[in-house]
Amino acid sequence: MTAQRFRAPSGGLIDRARPLRFSFNGRAYTGFAGDTLASALLANGVRRVGRSFKYHRPRGVFGLGAEEPNALVQLGRGARSDPNSKATQIELFDGLVAESQNCWPTVDFDVGSLTGLFSRLMPAGFYYKTFMWPAGSWIAYEKFIRRIVGLGKSPLLPDPDRYEHRHAHCDVLVVGAGPAGLAAALAAGRSGARLIVADEGVRPGGMLLAGREHIGARPAVDWIAEAEAELRTMPEVKLLSRTTVFGYYDHNQLAALERVADHRPARPGEPRQRVWHIHAREVVLATGAHERPLVFGNNDLPGVMLASAASGYVNRYAVRPGRGAVVFTNNDSAYTAALDLASCGVAVQALVDLRADPPAALAERIGAAGIEHLPGAAVLHARGWRTLAGVVVARLDADSKPHGAPRRIACDLLCVSGAWNPAVHLHAQARGRPRFDPDIAAFVPGPSVQDERSAGAARGSFSLADCLAEGGAAGAAAASAAGFAASAELGLIFAPASEMHLAMPRMATMQAASAWSAPQAPGDRRKRFVDLQNDVTDADIALAVREGYRSVEHVKRYTTLGMGTDQGKTSNTLGFAHVAAATGAEIAAVGTTTYRPPYVPVALGALAGMEGGRHFAPNRRTPMHDAHVAAGAVMAQTGVWLRPQGYPRAGENLDDAARREASAVRERVGLVDISTLGKLELFGPDAPAFLERVYINRWRGLKVGRWRYGVMLREDGIVFDDGTTSRIGEAHYFMTVTTGQAPLVTRRLDYWHKVLWPELDLRIVSVTDQWAGVALAGPQSRRVLTRVLDGLDISPGAFPHMAMGTGSIAGIAARVFRISFSGDLAYEIYVPSGHGTLLWQTLITAGSEFGITPYGVDAMNALRIEKGHVAGGELNGRVTPDDLGLGGMIRPEGDFIGRRSLARPGLNDPGRWQLVGLAPEDGRTSIPPGAKIVADRTDRYIGEVTSTSWSPTLGMPIGLGLISAGRSRHAERLLAVSPLVGQKVPVIVRGPMVFDPEGKRLHA
Amino acid sequence: MLIPCPHCGARPHAEFTYGGDATLRRPADPALASDDEWHEYLYLRTNPAGPHREFWHHTLGCEQWIEVARDTVSHRIDGAAPVGRASERRPR
Repeated sequence: MTAQRFRAPSGGLIDRARPLRFSFNGRAYTGFAGDTLASALLANGVRRVGRSFKYHRPRGVFGLGAEEPNALVQLGRGARSDPNSKATQIELFDGLVAESQNCWPTVDFDVGSLTGLFSRLMPAGFYYKTFMWPAGSWIAYEKFIRRIVGLGKSPLLPDPDRYEHRHAHCDVLVVGAGPAGLAAALAAGRSGARLIVADEGVRPGGMLLAGREHIGARPAVDWIAEAEAELRTMPEVKLLSRTTVFGYYDHNQLAALERVADHRPARPGEPRQRVWHIHAREVVLATGAHERPLVFGNNDLPGVMLASAASGYVNRYAVRPGRGAVVFTNNDSAYTAALDLASCGVAVQALVDLRADPPAALAERIGAAGIEHLPGAAVLHARGWRTLAGVVVARLDADSKPHGAPRRIACDLLCVSGAWNPAVHLHAQARGRPRFDPDIAAFVPGPSVQDERSAGAARGSFSLADCLAEGGAAGAAAASAAGFAASAELGLIFAPASEMHLAMPRMATMQAASAWSAPQAPGDRRKRFVDLQNDVTDADIALAVREGYRSVEHVKRYTTLGMGTDQGKTSNTLGFAHVAAATGAEIAAVGTTTYRPPYVPVALGALAGMEGGRHFAPNRRTPMHDAHVAAGAVMAQTGVWLRPQGYPRAGENLDDAARREASAVRERVGLVDISTLGKLELFGPDAPAFLERVYINRWRGLKVGRWRYGVMLREDGIVFDDGTTSRIGEAHYFMTVTTGQAPLVTRRLDYWHKVLWPELDLRIVSVTDQWAGVALAGPQSRRVLTRVLDGLDISPGAFPHMAMGTGSIAGIAARVFRISFSGDLAYEIYVPSGHGTLLWQTLITAGSEFGITPYGVDAMNALRIEKGHVAGGELNGRVTPDDLGLGGMIRPEGDFIGRRSLARPGLNDPGRWQLVGLAPEDGRTSIPPGAKIVADRTDRYIGEVTSTSWSPTLGMPIGLGLISAGRSRHAERLLAVSPLVGQKVPVIVRGPMVFDPEGKRLHA
Repeated sequence: MLIPCPHCGARPHAEFTYGGDATLRRPADPALASDDEWHEYLYLRTNPAGPHREFWHHTLGCEQWIEVARDTVSHRIDGAAPVGRASERRPR
């Protein structure tokens, strides 16, 4: 293995003292510290890096940074494997492992390239017209298509890395640390403003690192080092490297991704990546520009690359991207690239310029370097099998048609430059409207909506002097706007460089076709790519327009132009120009597609930060949580709460436990933790009036020491919530609401009070966390409670069903309510939450001689279901009180929230789904939860199962459901079907209340 | 987007819950409202592209309802005030 045959013997910003070993497609290579994976591969002569998305054509490195469309690799193995990583942005590290994607068995011999033979059947949008016949066969097609589409492979193991989020506030944010950005940073930093500078590169400098410019008398690299050193002395300045600002949001909030430890192992406590939320008073966008290519035949061969990328590999990485090169351009900047290549020992055969008379000074320099100059000519197509071998060039006449005999030039490197696109992405995300500048044939920022301004190449100014001047002015303007005295004068003594700097390309004409692509001979079937990553050709764009997709947004989605991981950085503007040409419009009128964040792909793990897994939602625990765990409870997530699902004993599963616990309540006594219920205290003389406005029933007559069940509606007449409200004192009420809806109901009650009826003399206080609560239920419950309750007479006469009172248990003040969710004789007891565990232990101890059993939510549901009490499954956001059989609760007069809507015909339709009870016909089979109800032999469903359980009273599975005209269907036989689990269970319909219909147990 | 809560200062909008159009007027006696009037109150909104007065609830902060003047196109916020009787008090 000849190491790094294409590495120049000297030069570059790499550290030759630190060689690094890496592996690509299983072969070992060497590079240097400072390399990217792309530069190291090029140094080792690796030309084929991947295969294209659709046609599996061989592809090589095309660009230098984030604009790279081709060189996507699978980086790393196992849980850390990163698909679709751009080789141009991967910092080389020792031991790096990478592989080509989208090819099998190897990138050099890919079976997938056979699709290229069928490419005529696979133009843009072909999948909208295929895979439809025969009907129903899509399932089969899908299995096959799933295996072959996509590029990289997502790892299937949990991500072992940590990701952080940080918030930062600053006066000025400068995005980009190229010449304009550093100048802006110096101007803003020197004013004393709090400054953040974010640059995507490993080190500041931007495109200066890829060139050979001088600033003043010294090389740009020295100027960068001085600027960085000065910025690091400023206490209010934060310099973020390896940090890409990927989104611009409202109110000058931006998001950035810092790649902390992608390129080395993370230190203890360090995240792999960090997302910054930056709130900036003023922003300077110095985001630079992306070179774009030209369109000609086979313009995707490995060996074709952007001219600035080629010179970047030469200058920054000391890599010769080829042995013999041709440069094809329509603007001045590629002339610099040609000279850079020549100075590095690449034999530049010719420079082909679409323009008939480029500036004479440039022509002279080219000639002096021994490069053949071919103005008014074009590369018609590139030649080669799996790699570039040469080009075919022809002169163009005044109509831009080839004339004279075409010429072949052998080369293994073709540098293309079709002009430059200012990176207006963040400006557009900030609601700026980019406008087309015909002088540079590109979109530049328009008027700003947010407090931001662009400088340098991001603004369409490409000369180094302009970049530095604009940067300084923008930085000073930003600092001034933020209230700091700033000067744009940076003291730069800028002498004209002996080297050519990035010059502004000037177009003679703005005909879309002639400036963007080489002419195509009729009958020439060679593919001319516009979007390399998604294999979109100019023929595809023409096809889309022919089929009626004329707006760029439609063309984008029909052809997938610009929808790859590069988001069209090199292809979008080219594509828009082709749309303009095809529709006969001006490109300025055609416009761009909408720019959206993120600017570069961002891992979902980074966006999630620390809020994954157990931290996805808060975990709320009741005061008695530890007691439940100690008693062997299996804790279940109900919403954000952790509640005991059951307390299985040795040899029991959860179903067994639920049966035992529910039976224990019916036979003796049980205890369940109900602390999760939402609770509110209402104070004030207008509390009863408020209750009557939010509940459907009467409240004014409620006496102190009594409670009532209440149903609350939404304004559209649908049941919102239910609960019990008690009158604790003269102007003091205590309301409970369901666990799941508590935050929503609390918010809505507050809205009704504060917004609709602020005149009410009322205070509502949420006390869900302040009270621990239990339900003590079963025939023995009174005897247990009497043992421990002081100061309150709960004998049957003194304390009937629907009474409440206060007393004390174990010295703690307690509120006791004779409420029964289970249907048995029962009491709900609340104490201040700090004493919840003491209450629990006290009742367990007192109840032990009566066989008290703690029960969980499964048993609790089994009890309430056989009593016909509704809960979350029935309160599904689609039922009215009458649907639930509670129509009789509605008081005759007086407005309440939702009353007016109850008059709607749709809410009174006799076919509405009504609450029923369900039992399996065979008395044994469980009814599948969530099953739909169908009548025999039809497949239209007429209802659904809302709750299921095992009934301790009947000793069999039962359920509740909602069925069309259910109340008139008692004794009917129907089917509960669940395609999800493939079950069909015959069921009988009856009333919802199975247990104690006369209420004898309840009123014991 | 930062919402200037009158009680808590400028806070990220993720701390708030949106509460809809603040210019709605519930009919004084809904029983007298026609079906059309009631339907309009329930469902129809002007949804202007421009200045909009709307309610937000500072759910992860002071838990108070506030009224915000926001431009629905530019998202510029021109001010926020408490609702209900609290509006009689000065914000800190």
